[in-house]
Amino acid sequence: MIWGVLQFPGSCDERDALNACSLLGEARLVWHEERDLSGVDAIVVPGGFSYGDYLRAGAIARFSPAMEGVAEMAAAGAPVLGICNGFQVLCEAGLLPGALLRNKELRFTCRQVDLIASPLDALTPPEGGQTNERRDRLSIPAKHGEGRYYAAEEVLDQLEANRQVAYRYASEHNFNGSARDIAGVRNEAGNVVGLMPHPEHAVDPLTGSTDGLRVFEAVAAAGAPA
Amino acid sequence: MPRARVLIRPKEGILDPQGKAVERALPALGFEGIEHVHVGRMVELEAEDPERLAELCEKLLANPLIEDYEIQTL
Repeated sequence: MIWGVLQFPGSCDERDALNACSLLGEARLVWHEERDLSGVDAIVVPGGFSYGDYLRAGAIARFSPAMEGVAEMAAAGAPVLGICNGFQVLCEAGLLPGALLRNKELRFTCRQVDLIASPLDALTPPEGGQTNERRDRLSIPAKHGEGRYYAAEEVLDQLEANRQVAYRYASEHNFNGSARDIAGVRNEAGNVVGLMPHPEHAVDPLTGSTDGLRVFEAVAAAGAPA
Repeated sequence: MPRARVLIRPKEGILDPQGKAVERALPALGFEGIEHVHVGRMVELEAEDPERLAELCEKLLANPLIEDYEIQTL
């Protein structure tokens, strides 16, 4: 699988994302002015401050030529992963539901958080009716000032019913005030996933956790390569 | 060219920590009796065709999921 990692003016996590993707396949950077994404099977929209986050985080990046290509790939079922600012971009672009608001304490926060993944294949509760905490729990870093997930109540109900909540903050780890502890969501088809914490910073034992790789693997498995 | 001003504010009912922080700071400065503070944005612009401003607000200036906007032509 060939991963394309978007690069906007103001992106800052594209190198780590490129490194994470290259552990799973081939990977290259995609400059924001590239409209033609043929030859790329999967997309990562990385973290940072695209276009300075002017107006609202992700609001201007969504109009870039590369994002037009990403929208086409998303519609075709290709795996698309948005991380932090990339999640904000995907929400602004309407490829994922909801929006990200200022953290409830108004602080930019950088800390290791525990997430509970709810994989698509968990459509029926596993044996015993319990999720496997050891298997589904991830420890990865989060660092953002605008990560409070918000959607209208009826949209949240729908997301839960459709199994579109991909990641939740574990108990006591929802530091930003996200609705229903939501850290990441997926689209209805399941091939587009966005989350605020940073799996690309947790792929090497040197940094304490390799749980982030599982996020990339899950996204790759959820989408059909374009 | 016709001038316009667009006011963008958080939708009612959405937690607005910025407004709350300003509100909490006021008593310490001696401003009593001020409530329901909300912080938004203002965009000033000149538009050849002010009829298209609503579309511009929907698509870019505001995020209709979380913000209300008000267009004032000047």
